[in-house]
Amino acid sequence: MVVLVLLGGIIVTLFVGALPAFQEFGVGFITSTEWDPVEGRERFGGFVAIFGTLISSLLAIIFAVPVAFGIAFFLTELAPLWLRRPVGTAIELLAAIPSIIYGMWGLFVLAPFVQLRIQLTFGDTLASLPLIGFLFDSVSFGGTNLFTASLVLAIMILPFIAATMRDVFEQVPPVYKESAYAVGATRWEVVRSVVLPYTRISVAGGVMLGLGRALGETMAVTFVIGNANRLPQSLFDPTNTIASVIAMEFPESLMGSLQQSALFALGFLLFVLSFLVLALSRWLLRPRLKV
Amino acid sequence: MSSTTAETGARTTGSFGGMQARSEAAINTISRISIRNLDFYYGDLKALKGVSLELPDRQVTGMIGPSGCGKSTLLRVLNRMYSLYPGQRAEGEVIMDGRNIIAPDVDLNELRAKVGMVFQKPTPFPMTIYENIAFGVRLHERLSKAQMDERVEWALSRAAIWDEVKDRLQRSALGLSGGQQQRLCIARTIAVRPEVILFDEPTSALDPISTLKIEELIDELKRDFTICIVTHNMQQAARCADQVAFFYLGELVEVAPAAQLFTAPREQRTQEYITGRFG
Amino acid sequence: MSAAATALAPAKDLTVARALGRRRRRTDAAIRWLCIAATLVGLFFLASILVTLLWRGLPMLDWLTLTTEFQPTRYGDETLPRGGLSHAIVGSLMQVGLATLIGTPIGLLVGTYLAEYARDSAFGSAVRFVSDVLLSAPSILIGLFIYQLVVLPMGGFSGLAGALALAIIVIPVVVRTTEDMLQLIPNTLREAVIALGAPKWKMILLVCYRAALSGIITGVLLAVARIAGETAPLLLTSFGNNVMSTDLGRAMASLPIAIYQQANSGFPDLIQIAWTGALLVTLGVLAINIAARILLRRRH
Repeated sequence: MVVLVLLGGIIVTLFVGALPAFQEFGVGFITSTEWDPVEGRERFGGFVAIFGTLISSLLAIIFAVPVAFGIAFFLTELAPLWLRRPVGTAIELLAAIPSIIYGMWGLFVLAPFVQLRIQLTFGDTLASLPLIGFLFDSVSFGGTNLFTASLVLAIMILPFIAATMRDVFEQVPPVYKESAYAVGATRWEVVRSVVLPYTRISVAGGVMLGLGRALGETMAVTFVIGNANRLPQSLFDPTNTIASVIAMEFPESLMGSLQQSALFALGFLLFVLSFLVLALSRWLLRPRLKV
Repeated sequence: MSSTTAETGARTTGSFGGMQARSEAAINTISRISIRNLDFYYGDLKALKGVSLELPDRQVTGMIGPSGCGKSTLLRVLNRMYSLYPGQRAEGEVIMDGRNIIAPDVDLNELRAKVGMVFQKPTPFPMTIYENIAFGVRLHERLSKAQMDERVEWALSRAAIWDEVKDRLQRSALGLSGGQQQRLCIARTIAVRPEVILFDEPTSALDPISTLKIEELIDELKRDFTICIVTHNMQQAARCADQVAFFYLGELVEVAPAAQLFTAPREQRTQEYITGRFG
Repeated sequence: MSAAATALAPAKDLTVARALGRRRRRTDAAIRWLCIAATLVGLFFLASILVTLLWRGLPMLDWLTLTTEFQPTRYGDETLPRGGLSHAIVGSLMQVGLATLIGTPIGLLVGTYLAEYARDSAFGSAVRFVSDVLLSAPSILIGLFIYQLVVLPMGGFSGLAGALALAIIVIPVVVRTTEDMLQLIPNTLREAVIALGAPKWKMILLVCYRAALSGIITGVLLAVARIAGETAPLLLTSFGNNVMSTDLGRAMASLPIAIYQQANSGFPDLIQIAWTGALLVTLGVLAINIAARILLRRRH
């Protein structure tokens, strides 16, 4: 069928495109941090982009999951009926906004905020903390950095995670919740002890779905991550992700060049990564899909 | 077994304080809960109309009637379960310990600790058997590990399931059979040591043998607890209940000692229902 | 039954229960406020984005912007001609339109196959799985795919390549909604048609599609909303163009790309235009989304 051919086609073309780079650099492509497209001394290693992709997505998940849980809890247990639909729709609309809009908003609104309000206000205080101080100790001061990118990603994946959580929370049979209420539990105790254990697999699936989306997000990240091929030493350092490198460099690369092949190789790795995460998510959400 | 449980009963009777010995035969005249002129609404739909009923202390009140007659609704008023749902409201008085429990300022958690409920379907929580029992207790009491162990054993014993599960307390409750799960839910309810236990068609999802066990258990539990049971099974009401209330279309048609209601009902509609002419 | 089990602990200590209850209620209230705060945070972001777009985009949203093509920055010199977005609007409409025309029938066929012919087969669930993964797959990879497949052989970026990339994004969206909508149709309706002696394809075509029509249209609308704002795959396929071009064989402008390029240009007047473009895209996408929701709601 068309769809299978499509997926197979994507894998094959990405791999074919990536082949020269893999042949040239071998495993070193994944572990090296060097990325030099200047002709004559081309060296390509994807470690920075791979690391940036993973770390920005993980941070985004850390930011988004508690908020998404709060929204789902609010929408299923706390909000009065008349409020549930409009608020739910508003949150879902957050998912409809194109990523380029998030990028622009992130660059012109969020980045200055992060720079002036967060990094400037708390940066020095937090940087002097023991053990975790280094996270906030940055020499760069651009506003476009790992932290801003993760924040934008978090807002973007928020509606996906919140919607999944809300849907699975709603599917817990009311009688189970009632029987916890019947021994005198509060709403929070019911959700913590009954609803979450019942839905934990689907909730994990929803989180994975968010992770899968965060990994491959391109435009929003390209706007605000700072696009520097450097391993971030702190939250406020600029860095790179696979998708942002491709978006930045591919249109300007020469057709058939080694650089292009290296970008294909990154794309191939991203594909494998997000395929695994999305497949896992699908598998975790399977019982829910059957209903 | 029976002698030990009798002993348990005697001690717990003492612990709940101050009740005189009661006669087995007659309906107890001391009322635990007084329902006075209760109306109930699902939005605009009036589901209970002017119901007044006394629930005698340590007796079983059976509630019967065709589907949609309001018997389950009444049960859900007694522990304020309806308060979970916007749009459902009760008007009138339900007096327990001198307070109107449907007043808005009632502490629902405290009320539900005093009025426990067992549901139609067994609803074990997704945790171990031990945790299922301890869950409710922890909400209301601070117990040491030893005290908690003791309480869990006590509750499971009272629910006549201790012998079946004592070797697998740390296993998931979801692995039990339907009848065992239901008795576990009863144990979970009594572990909190309520004063009143509500049963909402507790055996309708169970096989005949499990049903029999639950019925015996209810009979045993009424030594210590005031019990209210909704059932669509008239034999069950006849077997378990001391007094029976018949509901029809949101009204309480008749309430009488079980023997009297089933043999010599005063009302025409009761007569028709128990002889199977409708419902 | 052991002796321990028969002896009941002393009567319930109400003071302990009440003290515990107070603490539990406080925890509950704290969590409740945190949840309300979380929801407000979510809504705040939506509001912030919309307000920013309106505030920065509205001033330039006029006829001139809609009808003129790109002009280089004026460096603050008001006498130079002001640019607009007409080239990008036309390019976006053409690529999105073509992508919808290509993607919808394919998605419809696959969705129908899944719902009517392969409901429980292993092959069907494999297709369903792949389609679901494609639904959330990084769109820039689809750009790479089309680049390799179309742009390289054709020797350059083209509007056609852009439309094909977008079509690939359309397919899984339409597959999903078509299948969902067809599955909502009760089997009794199918049996009633078959009982009249109608062949299966006629049943699907004449009855099922009609019953599921509004749902399927919703799916197509959602797909259009999704691709209207897609930027990453276009960057690698139609690339963008600063002049009006309706030639599908050459690089073609589109709103998202125009926004991207002008927002990053560093010139305030071009960034202004980018905000206006962003406002246009967002309003369009949200309007289509809301329309799709209303359509779906009216059905139920």
